[in-house]
Amino acid sequence: MLYLKLYFVFLKIGLFSISGGLATLPFLQEIVNKYGWITSEELLNMIAISESTPGPIGINAATFVGHNTAGIFGGLLATLGMITPSIIIIIIIAHYFSKFSEDAMVQSAFYGIRPAVTGLIGAAGFQVARITLFNLDKYTNTKKVMDIFQLKGIVLFGLVLYLVNKFNKHPIIYLLGAALVGIAFKY
Amino acid sequence: MKDIIDLFTVFFQMGAFTFGGGYAMLPIIQEEIVNKRNWASNEEVIDYYAIGQCTPGIIAVNTATFIGYKRKGIIGGIIATLGLVSPSLLIITVIARFFRHFQDYKIVQHAFGGIQAAVVALIVSAVIKMFKQSVKDNLGLVLFGLAFLAVAFFSISPIIIIILAGLAGTIKSKYFDIKENR
Repeated sequence: MLYLKLYFVFLKIGLFSISGGLATLPFLQEIVNKYGWITSEELLNMIAISESTPGPIGINAATFVGHNTAGIFGGLLATLGMITPSIIIIIIIAHYFSKFSEDAMVQSAFYGIRPAVTGLIGAAGFQVARITLFNLDKYTNTKKVMDIFQLKGIVLFGLVLYLVNKFNKHPIIYLLGAALVGIAFKY
Repeated sequence: MKDIIDLFTVFFQMGAFTFGGGYAMLPIIQEEIVNKRNWASNEEVIDYYAIGQCTPGIIAVNTATFIGYKRKGIIGGIIATLGLVSPSLLIITVIARFFRHFQDYKIVQHAFGGIQAAVVALIVSAVIKMFKQSVKDNLGLVLFGLAFLAVAFFSISPIIIIILAGLAGTIKSKYFDIKENR
Protein backbone atom coordinates (compact mmCIF):
# COMPACT_ATOMS: atom_id res chain seq x y z
CA MET A 1 0.00 0.00 0.00
CA LEU A 2 2.84 2.34 0.85
CA TYR A 3 4.32 1.55 -2.57
CA LEU A 4 1.12 2.61 -4.32
CA LYS A 5 0.92 5.76 -2.27
CA LEU A 6 4.52 6.64 -3.10
CA TYR A 7 3.83 6.09 -6.79
CA PHE A 8 0.77 8.33 -6.83
CA VAL A 9 2.21 11.09 -4.65
CA PHE A 10 5.15 11.38 -7.02
CA LEU A 11 2.89 11.08 -10.04
CA LYS A 12 1.14 14.17 -8.74
CA ILE A 13 4.47 15.95 -8.32
CA GLY A 14 5.48 15.03 -11.87
CA LEU A 15 2.17 16.33 -13.14
CA PHE A 16 2.26 19.68 -11.39
CA SER A 17 5.91 20.69 -11.41
CA ILE A 18 6.43 22.64 -14.60
CA SER A 19 9.79 23.88 -15.88
CA GLY A 20 12.68 22.46 -13.98
CA GLY A 21 13.63 20.23 -11.09
CA LEU A 22 13.59 23.01 -8.52
CA ALA A 23 9.86 23.41 -9.20
CA THR A 24 9.47 20.15 -7.28
CA LEU A 25 10.72 21.73 -4.05
CA PRO A 26 7.40 23.09 -2.74
CA PHE A 27 5.88 19.64 -3.27
CA LEU A 28 8.71 17.95 -1.39
CA GLN A 29 8.14 20.38 1.44
CA GLU A 30 4.52 19.27 1.42
CA ILE A 31 5.66 15.66 1.79
CA VAL A 32 7.55 16.65 4.90
CA ASN A 33 4.50 18.32 6.40
CA LYS A 34 1.77 15.97 5.28
CA TYR A 35 3.21 12.46 5.18
CA GLY A 36 6.23 12.69 7.46
CA TRP A 37 8.19 10.39 5.14
CA ILE A 38 11.23 12.60 5.64
CA THR A 39 12.14 15.36 8.08
CA SER A 40 12.97 18.95 7.09
CA GLU A 41 16.61 18.30 7.87
CA GLU A 42 16.67 15.19 5.70
CA LEU A 43 15.08 17.22 2.92
CA LEU A 44 17.87 19.80 3.02
CA ASN A 45 20.50 17.08 3.13
CA MET A 46 18.78 15.36 0.23
CA ILE A 47 18.67 18.51 -1.92
CA ALA A 48 22.40 19.00 -1.35
CA ILE A 49 23.02 15.39 -2.44
CA SER A 50 20.71 15.70 -5.46
CA GLU A 51 22.55 18.79 -6.61
CA SER A 52 26.00 17.25 -6.30
CA THR A 53 25.26 13.96 -8.04
CA PRO A 54 24.61 13.47 -11.75
CA GLY A 55 21.06 13.19 -13.07
CA PRO A 56 18.03 15.47 -13.04
CA ILE A 57 17.53 16.94 -9.55
CA GLY A 58 13.82 16.04 -9.45
CA ILE A 59 14.58 12.40 -10.23
CA ASN A 60 17.35 12.23 -7.66
CA ALA A 61 14.99 13.68 -5.05
CA ALA A 62 12.24 11.19 -5.92
CA THR A 63 14.62 8.23 -5.65
CA PHE A 64 15.94 9.49 -2.33
CA VAL A 65 12.58 10.09 -0.67
CA GLY A 66 11.18 6.82 -2.03
CA HIS A 67 14.18 4.88 -0.78
CA ASN A 68 14.03 6.57 2.59
CA THR A 69 10.38 5.67 2.95
CA ALA A 70 10.21 2.13 1.58
CA GLY A 71 13.62 0.87 0.51
CA ILE A 72 14.84 0.07 -3.00
CA PHE A 73 11.38 -0.54 -4.46
CA GLY A 74 10.17 2.64 -2.84
CA GLY A 75 12.87 4.57 -4.69
CA LEU A 76 11.99 2.83 -7.94
CA LEU A 77 8.25 3.45 -7.63
CA ALA A 78 8.62 7.09 -6.62
CA THR A 79 10.82 7.66 -9.69
CA LEU A 80 8.45 5.81 -12.00
CA GLY A 81 5.57 7.87 -10.59
CA MET A 82 7.50 11.06 -11.25
CA ILE A 83 8.18 10.25 -14.92
CA THR A 84 4.77 8.74 -15.80
CA PRO A 85 3.00 12.06 -16.54
CA SER A 86 5.95 13.25 -18.68
CA ILE A 87 5.95 10.09 -20.75
CA ILE A 88 2.20 10.20 -21.41
CA ILE A 89 1.92 13.92 -22.05
CA ILE A 90 5.05 14.22 -24.20
CA ILE A 91 4.17 11.17 -26.32
CA ILE A 92 0.78 12.72 -27.09
CA ILE A 93 2.36 16.08 -27.90
CA ALA A 94 5.17 14.50 -29.93
CA HIS A 95 2.58 12.58 -31.94
CA TYR A 96 0.77 15.77 -32.96
CA PHE A 97 3.92 17.84 -33.19
CA SER A 98 5.30 15.61 -35.92
CA LYS A 99 2.11 16.31 -37.89
CA PHE A 100 1.96 20.04 -37.29
CA SER A 101 5.63 20.96 -37.22
CA GLU A 102 5.56 21.82 -40.95
CA ASP A 103 2.54 24.05 -40.47
CA ALA A 104 3.36 27.69 -41.33
CA MET A 105 1.84 29.02 -38.12
CA VAL A 106 3.79 26.58 -35.93
CA GLN A 107 6.96 27.33 -37.87
CA SER A 108 6.60 31.07 -37.35
CA ALA A 109 5.88 30.62 -33.63
CA PHE A 110 9.05 28.54 -33.24
CA TYR A 111 10.91 31.11 -35.30
CA GLY A 112 10.37 33.42 -32.32
CA ILE A 113 10.68 30.74 -29.65
CA ARG A 114 14.11 29.40 -30.67
CA PRO A 115 16.12 32.57 -29.95
CA ALA A 116 14.18 33.02 -26.69
CA VAL A 117 15.01 29.47 -25.56
CA THR A 118 18.65 30.14 -26.43
CA GLY A 119 18.43 33.17 -24.13
CA LEU A 120 16.81 31.06 -21.38
CA ILE A 121 19.61 28.52 -21.49
CA GLY A 122 22.17 31.30 -21.54
CA ALA A 123 20.54 32.69 -18.40
CA ALA A 124 20.65 29.28 -16.71
CA GLY A 125 24.38 29.15 -17.49
CA PHE A 126 24.74 32.65 -16.09
CA GLN A 127 23.14 31.56 -12.80
CA VAL A 128 25.69 28.76 -12.42
CA ALA A 129 28.48 31.16 -13.43
CA ARG A 130 27.39 33.62 -10.75
CA ILE A 131 27.97 30.99 -8.06
CA THR A 132 31.00 29.30 -9.59
CA LEU A 133 33.03 32.13 -11.12
CA PHE A 134 32.02 35.12 -9.01
CA ASN A 135 31.54 35.72 -5.35
CA LEU A 136 29.37 38.79 -4.90
CA ASP A 137 28.60 38.03 -1.25
CA LYS A 138 32.23 38.16 -0.28
CA TYR A 139 32.63 41.46 -2.15
CA THR A 140 29.67 42.95 -0.30
CA ASN A 141 31.38 42.10 2.98
CA THR A 142 34.95 43.10 2.19
CA LYS A 143 34.46 45.71 -0.60
CA LYS A 144 37.64 44.51 -2.27
CA VAL A 145 37.20 44.38 -6.04
CA MET A 146 39.38 41.28 -6.33
CA ASP A 147 37.00 39.38 -4.08
CA ILE A 148 34.34 39.50 -6.80
CA PHE A 149 36.23 36.93 -8.84
CA GLN A 150 36.80 33.29 -7.95
CA LEU A 151 40.13 32.98 -9.73
CA LYS A 152 40.38 29.18 -9.65
CA GLY A 153 36.93 28.79 -11.15
CA ILE A 154 37.56 31.41 -13.83
CA VAL A 155 40.87 29.80 -14.86
CA LEU A 156 39.28 26.36 -15.23
CA PHE A 157 36.27 27.87 -17.03
CA GLY A 158 38.57 29.64 -19.53
CA LEU A 159 40.69 26.55 -20.02
CA VAL A 160 37.69 24.28 -20.71
CA LEU A 161 36.11 26.84 -23.06
CA TYR A 162 39.38 27.08 -24.98
CA LEU A 163 39.78 23.28 -25.20
CA VAL A 164 36.14 22.76 -26.24
CA ASN A 165 36.53 25.16 -29.15
CA LYS A 166 39.93 23.83 -30.14
CA PHE A 167 39.40 20.07 -29.93
CA ASN A 168 35.65 19.54 -29.84
CA LYS A 169 35.94 16.31 -27.83
CA HIS A 170 33.05 14.67 -26.01
CA PRO A 171 31.69 16.83 -23.12
CA ILE A 172 32.16 13.92 -20.70
CA ILE A 173 35.95 14.15 -21.15
CA TYR A 174 35.93 17.76 -19.97
CA LEU A 175 33.66 16.95 -17.02
CA LEU A 176 35.93 14.14 -15.84
CA GLY A 177 39.03 16.26 -16.38
CA ALA A 178 37.49 19.12 -14.42
CA ALA A 179 36.59 16.78 -11.55
CA LEU A 180 40.24 15.67 -11.35
CA VAL A 181 41.50 19.27 -11.52
CA GLY A 182 38.98 20.13 -8.81
CA ILE A 183 40.30 17.39 -6.52
CA ALA A 184 43.97 18.13 -7.26
CA PHE A 185 43.69 21.89 -6.67
CA LYS A 186 41.00 21.83 -3.95
CA TYR A 187 38.25 23.73 -5.76
CA MET B 1 16.32 -4.31 -31.00
CA LYS B 2 19.75 -2.81 -31.53
CA ASP B 3 18.15 0.62 -31.95
CA ILE B 4 16.31 0.24 -28.65
CA ILE B 5 19.47 -0.76 -26.78
CA ASP B 6 21.26 2.14 -28.43
CA LEU B 7 18.57 4.58 -27.25
CA PHE B 8 18.82 3.24 -23.71
CA THR B 9 22.62 3.46 -23.51
CA VAL B 10 22.81 6.94 -25.03
CA PHE B 11 20.32 8.33 -22.53
CA PHE B 12 21.85 6.34 -19.68
CA GLN B 13 25.14 8.07 -20.45
CA MET B 14 23.36 11.43 -20.48
CA GLY B 15 21.77 10.77 -17.11
CA ALA B 16 25.15 9.78 -15.69
CA PHE B 17 26.86 12.99 -16.80
CA THR B 18 24.23 15.69 -16.43
CA PHE B 19 25.18 17.82 -13.44
CA GLY B 20 22.67 20.42 -12.36
CA GLY B 21 19.43 20.33 -14.29
CA GLY B 22 18.08 20.02 -17.79
CA TYR B 23 20.11 22.80 -19.39
CA ALA B 24 23.36 21.04 -18.43
CA MET B 25 22.22 18.14 -20.60
CA LEU B 26 22.37 20.26 -23.74
CA PRO B 27 26.09 19.92 -24.60
CA ILE B 28 25.81 16.10 -24.42
CA ILE B 29 22.60 16.12 -26.49
CA GLN B 30 24.33 18.20 -29.16
CA GLU B 31 27.26 15.80 -29.26
CA GLU B 32 25.43 12.45 -29.05
CA ILE B 33 22.08 13.12 -30.72
CA VAL B 34 22.89 15.82 -33.28
CA ASN B 35 26.56 15.41 -34.27
CA LYS B 36 27.24 11.72 -33.80
CA ARG B 37 23.93 10.04 -34.57
CA ASN B 38 21.89 12.54 -36.55
CA TRP B 39 18.74 11.56 -34.67
CA ALA B 40 17.55 15.17 -34.60
CA SER B 41 18.72 18.54 -35.88
CA ASN B 42 19.90 21.29 -33.57
CA GLU B 43 16.70 23.20 -34.28
CA GLU B 44 14.53 20.20 -33.41
CA VAL B 45 16.35 19.82 -30.11
CA ILE B 46 15.64 23.47 -29.31
CA ASP B 47 11.97 22.95 -30.20
CA TYR B 48 11.69 19.90 -27.93
CA TYR B 49 13.36 21.86 -25.19
CA ALA B 50 10.87 24.71 -25.55
CA ILE B 51 7.94 22.29 -25.38
CA GLY B 52 9.50 20.40 -22.47
CA GLN B 53 9.83 23.67 -20.61
CA CYS B 54 6.11 24.49 -20.96
CA THR B 55 4.67 21.07 -20.20
CA PRO B 56 4.42 19.29 -16.84
CA GLY B 57 7.39 17.26 -15.68
CA ILE B 58 11.14 17.60 -15.55
CA ILE B 59 12.66 19.21 -18.65
CA ALA B 60 15.39 16.60 -19.07
CA VAL B 61 12.82 13.80 -18.89
CA ASN B 62 10.48 15.56 -21.32
CA THR B 63 13.30 16.09 -23.83
CA ALA B 64 14.38 12.45 -23.55
CA THR B 65 10.82 11.21 -24.13
CA PHE B 66 10.51 13.51 -27.16
CA ILE B 67 13.73 12.36 -28.82
CA GLY B 68 13.01 8.70 -28.01
CA TYR B 69 9.50 8.97 -29.48
CA LYS B 70 10.79 10.59 -32.65
CA ARG B 71 13.31 7.79 -33.06
CA LYS B 72 11.25 4.70 -32.16
CA GLY B 73 7.66 5.66 -31.32
CA ILE B 74 6.05 5.02 -27.94
CA ILE B 75 8.52 2.29 -26.93
CA GLY B 76 11.38 4.62 -27.89
CA GLY B 77 9.99 7.39 -25.69
CA ILE B 78 9.68 5.08 -22.71
CA ILE B 79 13.11 3.45 -23.19
CA ALA B 80 14.94 6.77 -23.61
CA THR B 81 13.34 8.07 -20.41
CA LEU B 82 14.14 4.92 -18.44
CA GLY B 83 17.72 5.17 -19.69
CA LEU B 84 17.95 8.77 -18.50
CA VAL B 85 16.71 8.05 -14.98
CA SER B 86 18.54 4.74 -14.41
CA PRO B 87 21.87 6.28 -13.30
CA SER B 88 20.00 8.44 -10.76
CA LEU B 89 18.25 5.37 -9.41
CA LEU B 90 21.51 3.46 -9.03
CA ILE B 91 23.63 6.31 -7.67
CA ILE B 92 21.06 7.71 -5.25
CA THR B 93 20.12 4.27 -3.97
CA VAL B 94 23.78 3.54 -3.17
CA ILE B 95 24.19 6.94 -1.51
CA ALA B 96 20.98 6.60 0.49
CA ARG B 97 22.11 3.18 1.73
CA PHE B 98 25.77 3.78 2.45
CA PHE B 99 26.84 7.41 2.18
CA ARG B 100 24.25 9.51 3.93
CA HIS B 101 26.76 12.32 4.25
CA PHE B 102 28.02 12.04 0.70
CA GLN B 103 28.16 15.80 0.12
CA ASP B 104 30.21 16.35 3.29
CA TYR B 105 33.23 14.50 1.89
CA LYS B 106 35.95 17.00 0.94
CA ILE B 107 36.86 15.06 -2.19
CA VAL B 108 33.24 15.26 -3.43
CA GLN B 109 33.11 19.00 -2.82
CA HIS B 110 36.38 19.60 -4.70
CA ALA B 111 35.39 17.40 -7.63
CA PHE B 112 32.06 19.14 -7.80
CA GLY B 113 33.68 22.58 -7.66
CA GLY B 114 35.75 21.65 -10.71
CA ILE B 115 32.79 20.13 -12.53
CA GLN B 116 30.70 23.27 -12.05
CA ALA B 117 33.32 25.46 -13.73
CA ALA B 118 33.39 23.02 -16.67
CA VAL B 119 29.59 22.94 -16.83
CA VAL B 120 29.53 26.73 -17.25
CA ALA B 121 32.09 26.48 -20.09
CA LEU B 122 30.14 23.69 -21.80
CA ILE B 123 26.87 25.61 -21.55
CA VAL B 124 28.50 28.76 -22.95
CA SER B 125 29.81 26.84 -25.92
CA ALA B 126 26.44 25.10 -26.44
CA VAL B 127 24.65 28.46 -26.32
CA ILE B 128 27.07 29.89 -28.91
CA LYS B 129 26.21 27.02 -31.28
CA MET B 130 22.49 27.47 -30.63
CA PHE B 131 22.78 31.22 -31.11
CA LYS B 132 24.30 30.81 -34.56
CA GLN B 133 21.41 28.61 -35.62
CA SER B 134 18.46 30.25 -33.96
CA VAL B 135 19.13 33.99 -34.14
CA LYS B 136 18.56 34.94 -37.76
CA ASP B 137 17.52 38.60 -37.67
CA ASN B 138 17.04 41.59 -35.38
CA LEU B 139 13.83 40.18 -33.90
CA GLY B 140 15.74 37.06 -32.93
CA LEU B 141 18.48 39.13 -31.34
CA VAL B 142 15.94 41.15 -29.33
CA LEU B 143 14.09 38.02 -28.18
CA PHE B 144 17.37 36.36 -27.18
CA GLY B 145 18.41 39.41 -25.16
CA LEU B 146 15.05 39.92 -23.49
CA ALA B 147 14.71 36.25 -22.55
CA PHE B 148 18.20 36.26 -21.07
CA LEU B 149 17.60 39.40 -19.01
CA ALA B 150 14.12 38.33 -17.91
CA VAL B 151 15.35 35.06 -16.44
CA ALA B 152 18.81 36.11 -15.26
CA PHE B 153 17.78 39.29 -13.47
CA PHE B 154 14.01 39.34 -13.01
CA SER B 155 13.18 35.64 -12.38
CA ILE B 156 10.26 35.74 -14.82
CA SER B 157 8.77 32.32 -15.54
CA PRO B 158 10.27 30.69 -18.66
CA ILE B 159 6.77 29.61 -19.73
CA ILE B 160 5.62 33.22 -20.08
CA ILE B 161 8.72 34.05 -22.09
CA ILE B 162 8.23 31.14 -24.48
CA ILE B 163 4.55 32.00 -25.05
CA LEU B 164 5.37 35.67 -25.71
CA ALA B 165 8.25 34.76 -28.05
CA GLY B 166 5.93 32.41 -29.97
CA LEU B 167 3.42 35.24 -30.33
CA ALA B 168 6.14 37.61 -31.52
CA GLY B 169 7.24 35.11 -34.17
CA THR B 170 3.66 34.59 -35.35
CA ILE B 171 2.84 38.30 -35.48
CA LYS B 172 6.02 39.05 -37.39
CA SER B 173 5.38 36.45 -40.07
CA LYS B 174 1.74 37.43 -40.37
CA TYR B 175 2.14 41.18 -40.69
CA PHE B 176 5.68 41.85 -41.84
CA ASP B 177 6.81 38.94 -44.01
CA ILE B 178 3.88 38.71 -46.42
CA LYS B 179 5.99 39.50 -49.46
CA GLU B 180 9.11 37.77 -48.30
CA ASN B 181 9.89 34.25 -49.35
CA ARG B 182 11.22 32.47 -46.34
